[in-house]
Amino acid sequence: MYSVKVPDAGTPAVVGPVVVTLEIDGMVVAVPEGTSVMRAAADAGVRVPKLCATETLDAFGSCRLCLVEIEGRRGFPASCTTSVQPGMKVRTQTPKLAQLRRGVMELYISDHPLDCLTCPANGNCELQEMAGVVGLREVRYGLDGQNHLQAEKDTSNPYFTFDPSKCIVCSRCVRACEEIQGTFALTVDGRGFASVISPGGGDFMSSECVSCGACVQACPTATLMENTIVDRGQPDHVVDTTCAYCGVGCSFRAEMRGNEVVRMVPSKDGRANAGHSCVKGRFAWGYATHKDRVTRPLIRASIEDPWREVSWEEAIAYTASEIRRIQATYGRGAAGGITSSRCTNEETWLVQKLVRGAFGVNNVDTCARVCHSPTGYGLKTTLGESAGTQDFESVEYADVIVVIGANPTEGHPVFASRLKRRLREGAKLIVVDPRAIELVRQPHVEASFHLQLRPGTNVAVANALAHVIVTEGLADEHFVRERCEWGEFEKWRAFVSEARNSPEATEALTGVPAASLRGAARLYASAGNAAIYYGLGVTEHSQGSTMVIAIANLAMATGNLGRPGVGVNPLRGQNNVQGSCDMGSFPHELPGYRHVSDPVVRASFERDWGVRIDPEPGLRIPNMFDAALDGSFKALYVQGEDIAQSDPDLHHVHAALRAMECVIVQDLFLNETARFAHVFLPGASFLEKDGTFTNAERRIGRVRKVMPPLAGKADWEVTMDLARALGFPMDYAHPSEIMEEIARLMPTFAGVCYEKLDRLGSIQWPCNEAAPEGTPVMHVEQFVRGKGKFALTEYVPTDERTSARFPLLLTTGRILSQYNVGAQTRRTENVRWHAADVLEIHPHDAEQRGIRAGDRVVVASRKGETTLSVVLTERVAPGVVYTTFHHPESGANIVTTDYSDWATNCPEYKVTAVQVRRASERDRAAELAAGK
Amino acid sequence: METEKLVRMANQIGAFFASEPDRPVAVEGVTNHLRRFWEPRMRGQLLDHLDATGGAGLSPLVLDAVTTNRERLAGGIAR
Repeated sequence: MYSVKVPDAGTPAVVGPVVVTLEIDGMVVAVPEGTSVMRAAADAGVRVPKLCATETLDAFGSCRLCLVEIEGRRGFPASCTTSVQPGMKVRTQTPKLAQLRRGVMELYISDHPLDCLTCPANGNCELQEMAGVVGLREVRYGLDGQNHLQAEKDTSNPYFTFDPSKCIVCSRCVRACEEIQGTFALTVDGRGFASVISPGGGDFMSSECVSCGACVQACPTATLMENTIVDRGQPDHVVDTTCAYCGVGCSFRAEMRGNEVVRMVPSKDGRANAGHSCVKGRFAWGYATHKDRVTRPLIRASIEDPWREVSWEEAIAYTASEIRRIQATYGRGAAGGITSSRCTNEETWLVQKLVRGAFGVNNVDTCARVCHSPTGYGLKTTLGESAGTQDFESVEYADVIVVIGANPTEGHPVFASRLKRRLREGAKLIVVDPRAIELVRQPHVEASFHLQLRPGTNVAVANALAHVIVTEGLADEHFVRERCEWGEFEKWRAFVSEARNSPEATEALTGVPAASLRGAARLYASAGNAAIYYGLGVTEHSQGSTMVIAIANLAMATGNLGRPGVGVNPLRGQNNVQGSCDMGSFPHELPGYRHVSDPVVRASFERDWGVRIDPEPGLRIPNMFDAALDGSFKALYVQGEDIAQSDPDLHHVHAALRAMECVIVQDLFLNETARFAHVFLPGASFLEKDGTFTNAERRIGRVRKVMPPLAGKADWEVTMDLARALGFPMDYAHPSEIMEEIARLMPTFAGVCYEKLDRLGSIQWPCNEAAPEGTPVMHVEQFVRGKGKFALTEYVPTDERTSARFPLLLTTGRILSQYNVGAQTRRTENVRWHAADVLEIHPHDAEQRGIRAGDRVVVASRKGETTLSVVLTERVAPGVVYTTFHHPESGANIVTTDYSDWATNCPEYKVTAVQVRRASERDRAAELAAGK
Repeated sequence: METEKLVRMANQIGAFFASEPDRPVAVEGVTNHLRRFWEPRMRGQLLDHLDATGGAGLSPLVLDAVTTNRERLAGGIAR
């Protein structure tokens, strides 16, 4: 429940063209047909008492507190489950209703501990409030009868406590778990008076609960209560902000006591999350004040030296002098920077401006290089814009949903809940993934087709899908003729029609049975609305860009673009991947995805910034490493990324970092990259600064400062100081002024400003004169590039091949409780769910190698080897093994290769040939020596 | 930078455009990609390799592109 009161109309809003007029307590009320009497009353300003009803859940009608009288009807219907009717006359306050409600409350209170003064919900308890509303003055039944007052608390979950002694069994928690989260972890156990809420018979921690917090938020009492509220008390004010974890970009209310966060609650009016959250955003924010935070700048001449704490002034002056020394010695091109997808748009803007304006080069890149850079290339090539086509709400209109190389329940859990709800409503699902991800089969969700392809064969599968669509006459040629370049389509149609692209011809290669593939293609092409959602399982391949193009081809060929319910939707990994790309973080593009060679675009920046912009593309991250090793790249400014853990082929990365003369790390913690740094500039968490993030649906959301920066400066201020020290003046008093510059120079942001963001809550770009309040769905009338372009997508096998020595394919991914390299989540209680990365292996492969569940095993590739514990599971197919990369000691990226996407150099994390063997005594000794 | 890696990367680009049936379009595709996405020192090293070895290891399409459009690809390279 919200601490600082948020209005709750009791049942969900109904939208519809038919309006019903009725009378409530003598007032005439007009609401959409299907609205509940309770909501109609709330709209008219009449509060009907309630306990089991809340507007985030379907009406349930169990608490009997919201009874009303309706003229001409017998009895006392529940207003939450009674729909309005034309001419209906409702009375919400009568002596009889008051008597009934007091009677109901009396029964509830007779089995409730009367410890309000010491209860964590004191002052913010719906039961307490309703007792006052109905005028309860006595409880005649006493507390000596049968009751639940001695029921034991469940404190197994690190973030919230379940106190069944306070439970009124309203089922809001159970329904929230079902309707909002879609996990079905909770149930009502027993009948009648013996009814209790149960997480499947055991405790919360050992149940299927995913700790999303929906049940806690739904609870009207202190039965499910955040431990921070139990420990610290109720908040005194609220600040609206945006989550800093994944690309869903949930809106949150930071509930505060002074400068201390006591609770993060998802905003009901947040357009990305619609009041929902996951375990990370809801609970795992304690890292912001973790003892490991570094709050003083550090410098050292050599990475062998100990760090020396210095003032901000000394750190900035030293950094600037080192950059200038290196550029004077090795040339301008010897310096560069990496912007962060965890920092704000404004901060990213300043870093690329610093590199272009003060360093004088385009050697700027971002961590999107290693995740979604192929999305930028592929969608720009085909559709004309480097962004997803839809808003998240669009999934509610999809009839067929295709999930390719993504695992939304782990990586984008709040969007996954929305998706699962649509599936429960009847939409069909196709999963294309080497693993049997959770979506393939779970309560009330089952994929119609799971195309369990071999890692590295995405493009062959996409071509086979296209083959079926084209050769079976399922393409929407009317759409193509009207919206796309017809000649390119014909060329593509001829290409995919070739027999070698048929499902039968590709089956041996991809491992996908031809019949399943044909079925999936027919389902996708025949749907009214079919939407594709994809993730890093598409992009992180040597053909990542080709696959993005292939996906866009499929959508264009079937007319699934330009309206709600369809589209091509990249699920972005980090909170501001979209934003960091938009802000000009790529070395070949100025902000707004405009090539650096364009003299008109360059001139606009040169006029505004007062510097010359280099017309040549700069180095991408992998190129920077290569250049460092050949001695031509010596200085790197890294803001908010941990390239020494997250990038592939770490031996190569570490050698490159060692070869540099000045590595500047700006971060919250001394991360892995800091081991190779000469300067450490303390960063600020999202709670300590103002700015904006842009999520996967192009939604720009405000980040608001709720506490002062622990190190005294927000990241944008540090970059500004560095620019000044380098003789390139930056002078912004507030990030809103940076946004004014962004709007001035980026046509897609021309209409964006903080005042509008405050007014609208969030804005999806493009936001300009043509779309003053933003653009939920792109390419409606025509594609951004004019006509959609089909490009040929020949399947080219990766150079990374299995062999007798390395017979298995390793693929990597994420888990729900951890985030990226784990720098944040490893410093929270989330480690209780995932304390270490493990290797998933099929039982058959394990048996062949004499490996048992829980064994330590050595995973060896052509690049290196690491040691992990194993889990035996049929989620992976024989021949495939899987791990995550959240813990540095697991060294997942020690074994990944430097193979990369042909167009963007996005690393091929998803395909590494490996061998797995049981760790020997010698391996174990080596592990122990390494401190693992 | 390792020349071998640059040759491999260039050939990857060539492999994408190789399916284009119109050869001049494919050559232009390779050239354009190298010109727009490769930093000058990468292009410079590839051209040095072309001069030193005649383009050893480059696929026929890439070799055609770098030979035919050498001047364009040399743009922006500091010598």
